[in-house]
Amino acid sequence: MELVCPAGSLQGLKTAIAHGADAVYLGFRDPTNARHFSGLNFSTEAARDAVEFAHARNRRVFIALNTFPQAHNWNTWRDAVDRAAELNIDALIVADTGVMDYACEHWPQLRLHLSVQASATSAEAIRFFHERFDIHRAVLPRVLSIAQVQRVCADSPIETEVFGFGSLCVMVEGRCLLSSYVTGKSPNNFGACSPGEFVRWTETQGGLEARLNGILIDRYNADEHSGYPTVCKGRYCVNGPAGYTLEQPVSLNSLPILPTLVDAGVSAIKIEGRQRSPAYVRRVTGVWRAAIDSCLSDPRAFKPEPAWIAELSALSEGSQTTLGAFSRYWQ
Amino acid sequence: MSGRPHLALGPAPYFWGEPALVDFYDTAAKSVFDMVYLGEVVCAKRRSFPLEGWLAVGRELAAAGKTVIFSTLALLEAGSELGFLKRLIANDEFMIEANDMAAVQLVRGHPFVAGPTLNIYNPRTLEVLYAQGMVRWLPPVELGAGTFAALHETRPAGVQTELPVWGRMPLAWSARCYTARHLDLAKDQCGFRCSDYPDGLRVRTQEDQDFLVLNGTQVSSAVRCNLLEHLPQMLTLGVEVLRLAADHKAVFEVAALVRDVIDQQRSASEAYRQAAELTTDDCSDGYWIGQPGISRAAAGENAQP
Repeated sequence: MELVCPAGSLQGLKTAIAHGADAVYLGFRDPTNARHFSGLNFSTEAARDAVEFAHARNRRVFIALNTFPQAHNWNTWRDAVDRAAELNIDALIVADTGVMDYACEHWPQLRLHLSVQASATSAEAIRFFHERFDIHRAVLPRVLSIAQVQRVCADSPIETEVFGFGSLCVMVEGRCLLSSYVTGKSPNNFGACSPGEFVRWTETQGGLEARLNGILIDRYNADEHSGYPTVCKGRYCVNGPAGYTLEQPVSLNSLPILPTLVDAGVSAIKIEGRQRSPAYVRRVTGVWRAAIDSCLSDPRAFKPEPAWIAELSALSEGSQTTLGAFSRYWQ
Repeated sequence: MSGRPHLALGPAPYFWGEPALVDFYDTAAKSVFDMVYLGEVVCAKRRSFPLEGWLAVGRELAAAGKTVIFSTLALLEAGSELGFLKRLIANDEFMIEANDMAAVQLVRGHPFVAGPTLNIYNPRTLEVLYAQGMVRWLPPVELGAGTFAALHETRPAGVQTELPVWGRMPLAWSARCYTARHLDLAKDQCGFRCSDYPDGLRVRTQEDQDFLVLNGTQVSSAVRCNLLEHLPQMLTLGVEVLRLAADHKAVFEVAALVRDVIDQQRSASEAYRQAAELTTDDCSDGYWIGQPGISRAAAGENAQP
């Protein structure tokens, strides 16, 4: 089982590799990837250095090209595919059908992974992409239960990768427009959910207000921990007092079901968080490296160590973790 | 203007149940709509009709002269859902609107409509789907007029374009049911309570701004996309099909307004205003004009003569 870790910078990449990542994924410094945040990501030159550094240590590098080009900016994505292919990377992570078609036609030797943004929740959907574009691995959306993951893995013609830890998208990835509804910009059309330029924090008599493009997403009392105002984690009113209508601030942590994922035949675990600091990447990577090694050496005896759980909880949104859709405590 | 656009009634998003749907489609049979999309697109647990029942509704509409298309679920998870999809696709009477690539995989080689959740953002994607048998396509909800026009103008020969012009906008899909979550019910014990909310559950911000609508596993806008003011632009572009959402009984009156604009019996701005008065939702055209989807251009700003 491969541990795939995020790299928002060269420093982050080196940190991930030093602490046990088998592979790292990164994006270019433009809207072609779903973490298009200022100060983050790689120029072509930096990406070349990254590949050289990783390959010298027998680690793999994936480039995320997982957003959706439109007619007016198609060339930016096409050029990004070309740049990535010339870097001797180990895989390109793609979401857009047109981009896959281009990459497959022009760079037949380039290994393609299906991004979670491609919303493939079934073996049939995976087969569509595999048969047409020779996709080698599919990253599964975070809406599937563990039983559904097992079924997809059993029926899938290719490898699967699932999310291990990090921010939790509760909506099907690649089909969530909550961000562009409020800001005009979404992961699909811009490469970012709830971009920082639209976020405003204001101290008021009623508490600390978090707004996204003027819309009140949440309001915090002095004793409450404030979270980043993504639409799905705000507090709203539905015929009553305000509460978390869709999801509360919480991080996904699939560590407790690691042996089940290994049994299911999952090929890789993805750690979310290219936007996080190298220190965050070091701590999360370290825990998951230890956990995967322990699990692979003796899956039946595997038990998450309290220290791992404590470490991951400390790094979580709202200091809480969940198995999310894997366990479906709400089912 | 290159031809008169057809009017399509989209799939009904709310759980109205059999008697209400039978009434609704009786009205549809006598309406100005040329095409009717049937089927459940939100939650597989809702069985308003068994498959045969849905097909019977389709046959009645077809007998009334409507072109009938069956829409598939936007989120497929369970094996039983794929099984239903396979049986639906195996029907040899009606075309399918594919709302997931699994549906495309299963229907390929036969004519199909590419639904709004297939993420058609560029001409190359359109070409790939055309090669699978796509005969008509819908843009993603968030697409602006510029990209839409570019796609429409470069679409493969013979492919039709369909554009939603009226209705709440589906914004997100989840495995979790938010209606059940609101009622503190487990999804498996939901009791089909979403049927108590035929207009969805309205979500307001803490400042009482109408924001979202919960509809089971779907989250939609609380504002209503109303592009009637922009109809002249669509007629100039030669959009072949205009879709109205089956999310409100007023849809038949709005369709008549759209038809009037097409027939030059009514101005687009008047049709816009009259449609706006038929529901309590605020109107928006934000996505179309390249703005946030919730927003609306200042009154009169868009109006074309």
